[in-house]
Amino acid sequence: MVKCSPAELDASFAALADATRRGVLEQLGRSDATITDLAERFQMTLAGMMKHVGVLEEAGLVATEKVGRVRTCTLGARRLEEETAWLERHRQLWDARFDELDKVVEELKRKEKNNGRKK
Amino acid sequence: MDARSENQPIASKNRTTVERSSEREILVTRTVNGPARLVWEAWTKAELFKQWWVPKSFGLTLLSCEVDARVGGKYRLVFRHGGGEMAFFGKYLEVIPNSRLVWTNEETEGGAISTLTLEEKAGKTLVLLRDLFPSKEACDAAMTSGEKDGSGETFEQLDALLVALAG
Repeated sequence: MVKCSPAELDASFAALADATRRGVLEQLGRSDATITDLAERFQMTLAGMMKHVGVLEEAGLVATEKVGRVRTCTLGARRLEEETAWLERHRQLWDARFDELDKVVEELKRKEKNNGRKK
Repeated sequence: MDARSENQPIASKNRTTVERSSEREILVTRTVNGPARLVWEAWTKAELFKQWWVPKSFGLTLLSCEVDARVGGKYRLVFRHGGGEMAFFGKYLEVIPNSRLVWTNEETEGGAISTLTLEEKAGKTLVLLRDLFPSKEACDAAMTSGEKDGSGETFEQLDALLVALAG
């Protein structure tokens, strides 16, 4: 937190200064939601909710993702954690795969040595 | 972090890195202790490819594997998983022997274009694999799908596996 620039802090505090936006964060802490869901829950127009979500997004507190015509909101930090976890699993999968590739290449090297280079 | 070699009989295990290299791209790298032409062979000949693409620890059975590594040629991998089968397929867009292979991933919408680059130096080969998605959203989706329903690790693993296999 000490690394936050004054501008970033301002954005966060401004985002949190509004009761609706705090409610949205609380809601997203329980589960992801679409803009439509949030607008209904907080009894506002879509445009009004989009504005609130936009402020939260700019402050880095919420991430949104548009799939087809639906925009889904998630807590920003959680999304990062998910990505980090995914990257690590992906790395493990490729690590295992490359370990097997190493064996295949070793075997090819051995064969070439035995046969002399024919190719 | 990658230097855990306690259980590794091979002292010289190389490091695998994975990063999100841009909004739309995932990059995997690894050095293989062998010349590029052998890595190329292992990547483009079906009988070799199937020996490594599905490590035993994945717990999947590869039912069939077709690889036609020519420009416009197709590949198709079919796996048995549980009671069903699943297929991964696409075609090769660019084929420069021992150096560059580009293919599509067509089993899902928004699938990546994969680019394999081999850089040989002093008998070793740096392998770079880039998965370029059509949009940031498609890349995000590939990295988080299957986790939101909270159905547990099995699905997460399966999901990661599917994406990896598709890559």
